[in-house]
Amino acid sequence: MAAPFSWIKPDPHGIYIPPADCWIDPSRAVDKALVTHGHADHARGGHGKTVATPETLAIMELRYNTRENTRPVGYGETVRLDGGVDATYIPAGHVLGSAQILLEHAGDRVVVTGDYKRRPDPTCPAFEVTPCDIFITEATFGLPLFTHPPIEDEMAKLLSRLDAHPDRCVLVGAYALGKAQRVIAELRAAGHTQPIYLHGAMEKMCRLYEEHGVDLGELRMVMDHDKDDMRGHIVVSPPSALNDRWSRRLPDPITAMASGWMRVRQRARQRNVELPLVISDHADWGELTRTIQEVDPHETWITHGREEALLRWHQLHQRRARALAMVGREDEDE
Amino acid sequence: MEEFADLLEALVYTRSRNEKLRLIAEYLRETHDPDRGWALGALTDGLDFKAVKSSTVRNLMQDRVDPVLWKLSRDFVGDTAETTSLLWPEPLGDVAPAPTVSEAVAALSAMTRNTAPTELPKMLDRLDPSGRYALIKLATGGMRIGVSSRLAKVAFAQAFEVSVDDVEEYWHALEPPFEELFAWAADGADPPDTENIPLFRPFMLAHPLEETRVDLSDYAAEWKWDGIRVQLVHVAGETRVYSRSGDDISATFPEMVSALDRPAVLDGELLVRGDMQGGEEGGAASFNALQQRLGRKTVSKKMLSESPAFVRLYDVLSWDGEDRRGLEWEKRRGVLEDLVPKLLDSHFDLSQLVEARDFDHLAEIREGTRDAAIEGLMLKKRDSLYIPGRKTGLWYKWKRDPLLIDAVLMYAQRGSGKRSSFYSDYTFGCWDGDPDEGAELLPVGKAYSGFTDAELKKLDRLVRQTTLNRFGPVREVERTLVFEVAFDSVHTSKRHKSGLAMRFPRIHRIRWDKPVHEADRIESLKALIKD
Repeated sequence: MAAPFSWIKPDPHGIYIPPADCWIDPSRAVDKALVTHGHADHARGGHGKTVATPETLAIMELRYNTRENTRPVGYGETVRLDGGVDATYIPAGHVLGSAQILLEHAGDRVVVTGDYKRRPDPTCPAFEVTPCDIFITEATFGLPLFTHPPIEDEMAKLLSRLDAHPDRCVLVGAYALGKAQRVIAELRAAGHTQPIYLHGAMEKMCRLYEEHGVDLGELRMVMDHDKDDMRGHIVVSPPSALNDRWSRRLPDPITAMASGWMRVRQRARQRNVELPLVISDHADWGELTRTIQEVDPHETWITHGREEALLRWHQLHQRRARALAMVGREDEDE
Repeated sequence: MEEFADLLEALVYTRSRNEKLRLIAEYLRETHDPDRGWALGALTDGLDFKAVKSSTVRNLMQDRVDPVLWKLSRDFVGDTAETTSLLWPEPLGDVAPAPTVSEAVAALSAMTRNTAPTELPKMLDRLDPSGRYALIKLATGGMRIGVSSRLAKVAFAQAFEVSVDDVEEYWHALEPPFEELFAWAADGADPPDTENIPLFRPFMLAHPLEETRVDLSDYAAEWKWDGIRVQLVHVAGETRVYSRSGDDISATFPEMVSALDRPAVLDGELLVRGDMQGGEEGGAASFNALQQRLGRKTVSKKMLSESPAFVRLYDVLSWDGEDRRGLEWEKRRGVLEDLVPKLLDSHFDLSQLVEARDFDHLAEIREGTRDAAIEGLMLKKRDSLYIPGRKTGLWYKWKRDPLLIDAVLMYAQRGSGKRSSFYSDYTFGCWDGDPDEGAELLPVGKAYSGFTDAELKKLDRLVRQTTLNRFGPVREVERTLVFEVAFDSVHTSKRHKSGLAMRFPRIHRIRWDKPVHEADRIESLKALIKD
């Protein structure tokens, strides 16, 4: 008899399912890939066949030119893979289209979370707790010091700074897929109806979100406007543009950054951030540990992040866990 | 405490010096005594609470957080105060309102080693994370908010429109909460009385010469000695020795305290006699010999006789009760040359001028010197008054070119403060023989400066990708990268396996191109020893 769970094999380049000859979130091109979500450290082009949610496939088409040999799977839908492996896509609450993948084979249940969070997000359905034997989780913010504050507080901080400087703009650095759209949607929810200005690299992804039913209000492109138009307004750019020459076209910008790392002062200083906004699309420490207790797996496998601390937590709570040491999955939230 | 916490928070995220000055000045104007004075004391690292140290805070956390999780968190954040402020368990039930700064200072001062473990938590419970951070920083120092004590003094001067030189002058006569200083600056009271106190006067400092060339008819040249800059002050029968930062180091050099017995303020380089370390007979020893005497609170008789200190004088601020700082350098030099013969010649000598025909000749002389006690040259404008701080164009330092070796990156450690989470401290080694015949690398030094932020990111990535072993915050890496390391000198050392210790090593260039087997050998480094 095969050893338990020999049908699932963690590898530095992804998670391999031998009976189905299929990979989850592989970091190199393979014949058949199941993809949890569209971020570059999970999705890439060049696979023979790509199985993902329709939203993730749309994102992959935009970003990695993945057009052919795709198999869309809706939330709650199950696909039968070779070798008698069933894969069900379940909301992960991370970004538009993000999914956990439940794998079932020979009576065993394994959940691969990809990245996830438990906080409400107007741009995607909420994470669903799925009981399983092996829970394969991320641990990006797996240190007890990470507590993401309520997003309403961070929005209030941002809007009050904007009000205090009607002659300047607030430039918010936010990851172009997910974070940017969530920040904009949350600003709308907080009652901010003013136009929001976008860096050119943000446009297509914002339009894609709108096509998938996420209302982002009035968006304008920085390149179409003069400095004076943007005074007293919010501008959203990728984090890499914050200290770039590009920002010189803005009216005396106050530099803000939306990231879970902003919880740590010196991290914010390293990015020359004046207004740190602690906003993350990943589970914080409390969410990670609560999720593991709720899922209550036989064993937890940790793909990437601060795995040492989460391993320690398992030890302290007499739970079984192991770290997988996935490559290239560091600090995507930056 | 909230206002002070808000100030720290605002300062940490402000890059602009002017904006920092504005924030501090505004706080000092709008806050009452003595809170603002305690805050100023904290910003200038002038508070000390005997019973509350960083270790006190760490011990509190040992009882509240699993030690492994604490260590991982502390390692990630790079700062004990901040880690504690984030991990402190929120108290259950009602707590008293946040304490004022004065209330916190009173409580911290009253704590003893026995009571601190129960009293400090009560204060922390009354604060939010940002307040907890401010309280711990207030108690233990090490702000890391990019505010030097000089900047805080400039902000004080700006807040009340007084001269920063006056502030510097009175500063060392006073202690937190500086009520006399605020009374003088904010309310127009008489300035603090400094007549009979052996006060530290702020030093006049030099800029690096770099590409500048000067005319020797306007500038005089002196050797730059490789000791420590000191100020000797004698007033009302009392002598003090001050270090460059204004710390009182009289206890470390008692022989200098007894050597000066007339009213004076003198500026010079403290050195030790060199015969023990094999320097020139009776001359100055290398910095390595001086190093043995630094930082000691008490000094043994053996040390005093084997490595006696003396001061090589190069300036006079006051003599026979008369302030000479308003004289031109040339005039002060005259006073100095007259007074040195009146001092104990076993403990004082005069720093000689270096004569040269012109600038190029001076450059030649600088190149030619091999004396271990000489670090380079000083150039002083002949008509310069003694002005505190670093005013452009008056004094220049022209250091000897550094020594260079190629060494191989072996270990990297995470930095602190602004560099927390980056692998920014590098240990490098040289070959103990021919690398093509199986020689090994031995660590020879450690450097954490000399690279740009962009290079740091690249180095950090390399460290993460080529890690062989992890030892806590230290990673051993594959031997793939050569650093060109610059250093001022190299000495024998029993503390290191290679038997060598470098002075001021820093990364000069990163040789991404150079194969590791072409790095230098230990023997080439040994040839540069001048103990």
